[in-house]
Amino acid sequence: MGANSHRESFPWKHIIGFLLSLVLTFAALWVALSSGLPLKAVIVIIVVFAVIQASLQLFMFMHVNESDSGRIQTFNMAYSFFIAIVVVAGSIWVMQFVL
Amino acid sequence: MKWSEFFVTGEPLIYAADVAIVLTMVGIVFVLTYFKKWKWLWNEWLTTVDHKKIGVMYIICAVLMLFRGGVDALLMRAQLTAPNMKFLDAQHYNEIFTTHGTIMILFMAMPFIIGLMNIVVPLQIGARDVAFPYLNALSFWLFFFGALLFNISFVIGGSPDAGWTAYFPLAGNEFSHGVGNNYYAVALQISGIGTLMTGINFLVTILKMRAPGMTLMRMPMFTWTILITCVLIIFAFPVLTVALALMTFDRVFGTQFFTMANGGMSMLWANLFWIWGHPEVYIVILPSFGIFSEVVSTFAQKRLFGYKAMVGSIVGIAFLSFIVWVHHFFTMGAGPAVNSAFSITTMAIAIPTGVKIFNWLFTIRKGKIRFTTAMLWSLAFIPNFVIGGVTGVMLAMAAADYQYHNSYFLIAHFHYVLIAGTVFACFAGLHYWYPKMFGHILNERLGKWTFWLFMIGFNVCFFPMYFLGLMGMTRRMYTYSAGLGWTPLNVVATVGAVLMGIGFIVLCYNIYYSARYGERDMTGDPWNGRTLEWATASPPVHYNFPVTPVVEDVDAYWVMKKKYGGFHVKEEDLKPIHMPSNSGRPFWMSVAFFVAGFGLVFKWFALAIVGALFIVLGLILRSFEDDDGYHIPVDEIKRMERAARKGA
Repeated sequence: MGANSHRESFPWKHIIGFLLSLVLTFAALWVALSSGLPLKAVIVIIVVFAVIQASLQLFMFMHVNESDSGRIQTFNMAYSFFIAIVVVAGSIWVMQFVL
Repeated sequence: MKWSEFFVTGEPLIYAADVAIVLTMVGIVFVLTYFKKWKWLWNEWLTTVDHKKIGVMYIICAVLMLFRGGVDALLMRAQLTAPNMKFLDAQHYNEIFTTHGTIMILFMAMPFIIGLMNIVVPLQIGARDVAFPYLNALSFWLFFFGALLFNISFVIGGSPDAGWTAYFPLAGNEFSHGVGNNYYAVALQISGIGTLMTGINFLVTILKMRAPGMTLMRMPMFTWTILITCVLIIFAFPVLTVALALMTFDRVFGTQFFTMANGGMSMLWANLFWIWGHPEVYIVILPSFGIFSEVVSTFAQKRLFGYKAMVGSIVGIAFLSFIVWVHHFFTMGAGPAVNSAFSITTMAIAIPTGVKIFNWLFTIRKGKIRFTTAMLWSLAFIPNFVIGGVTGVMLAMAAADYQYHNSYFLIAHFHYVLIAGTVFACFAGLHYWYPKMFGHILNERLGKWTFWLFMIGFNVCFFPMYFLGLMGMTRRMYTYSAGLGWTPLNVVATVGAVLMGIGFIVLCYNIYYSARYGERDMTGDPWNGRTLEWATASPPVHYNFPVTPVVEDVDAYWVMKKKYGGFHVKEEDLKPIHMPSNSGRPFWMSVAFFVAGFGLVFKWFALAIVGALFIVLGLILRSFEDDDGYHIPVDEIKRMERAARKGA
């Protein structure tokens, strides 16, 4: 039971991750609803927030750097990015004639 | 809502079904009570976390759903046999082709494949169970109650009627007023969550729980295909989850994601559906390739030809499967650049698939072939699947597809790949692994009858459909006029469908006959197998392996037999075995999903919230549960091993 043998006394990582996630979520909400910035800027800012939060969760909650299967994890994430790009960019490309 | 709207009324066929359902339920309750089997049912099956029992339950459901979907198919064939038939009306026909498609893909093919992988994969990799046995039980029960919710639609509320693809705007509130498409959205969502968890479960199981010595490139081919299938499930099913959630919002809460008005994009549903849907067909075909690889190699009594090329082509197919989805709606008219790009990626899939076909052929070449039932299904798969594949390349040409699209040519094509691919594989796998599941062999003579009836019937049924398509017959039309000249080929197709039905009946009789009189498999290795599942007893003791086997080769058990004369366990090597505890929670949580889903379908939100609260309660109870399973003491293992091996 590798993960359990060095159990922390208090789950600091989870608390910090949780709080930072909340901050980032509400910041994104504020930027989108009441910052008054132009639409393009809003989109860029909330995407940046989303990427930060996703990586935060990978390290704080999912312990991506603690496992011994680094190659599998790297491959997994690279493939996830590929699929995300295919789904999003592909859909925009395919559907642009009705947009 | 009036009772006459709640229950489907007005159709003699439906009333007959009502009676049959009530009688069946009374019968089941009576048998369970009379033989005092309730406790047995609960302890041995409903609360089990054993991957083999869960697999058996998946396969039982799949065979039942094959019956249901098959009856739908026969009703459709009856209606289409002659022009201007009055057997079914348009609405009833719409509901039947919708449920036929949805059930055959999601509640027949998927659980059959998942059932086989549940039974076989942990055995093939030398593991004692899957990585998350509790989650595995939850996956099964979510699938079960999703399927149940979908199936009750035809007597309660009315079935979905917008096709298994449920294209908007037809499937939206503007054109489908009943609750039918709510059932579609919610039932698929519930069973889809189960499938997603299965994908995660088996990915972790295969990556983390292989026996010592089994490197990735020493995994049996079936395990390889399941690994890649899990990757496809994990990346494709979230798209379905999101699309179905948006559909539910549109239908139940009145949002406008896919509607015609207020900025909705109806074709975006088609786009999202096929981003999931195309990988989905590879989710059911890749494991089939794995089954054929195992069967062909075992019964040609040769090592699988081109193992590395096989692995490479599976990965290649999986990669390509995500970048071809637009070929399902070339006729949407997205423009020459889009259509050409997806046309090329689609044709490219023929390359890795062709590699696999040649690998199987070279495996058979100069082999000492044993023509068992499982082998017959595998041999028949190759030419039949090639017919389906070649017509697929014809459909892949975007310009030509404008002619073929939604004609019976397409119907023939996808039945040739899905039946000759997936269904033949399920039957091959069922016959091949049946002794592992139940300890006796399915009768070969009856098995061959099933094979010939079904295989000939399949070709008689679907080959004429290519020509009907070229003659202009389009799918989903409930009747046609006599002057079109389609009658002779339609009659032929119906004859084929009846032959397939008879083949299915023979299979069911075979299951009964073999249970009573079938040859008992005392060796655990009735086919002279090559992989680790044959190193266990038939059926395996619930912990599978008394000690973890050590793997030295792709054909792990074959090499063991050659080198050491089998898989031997010394009693002094035994150690207490750690096993997971049974739990009733996956069952009642899935009941809660069912209740919540039923509430959503009928917009009875109070009921939906009650169901949802019980789901959350289940999650909370699980989070605070402190159950690390139990250990089987060595004496107990010794006793069980002697009991299981007394015939060997």
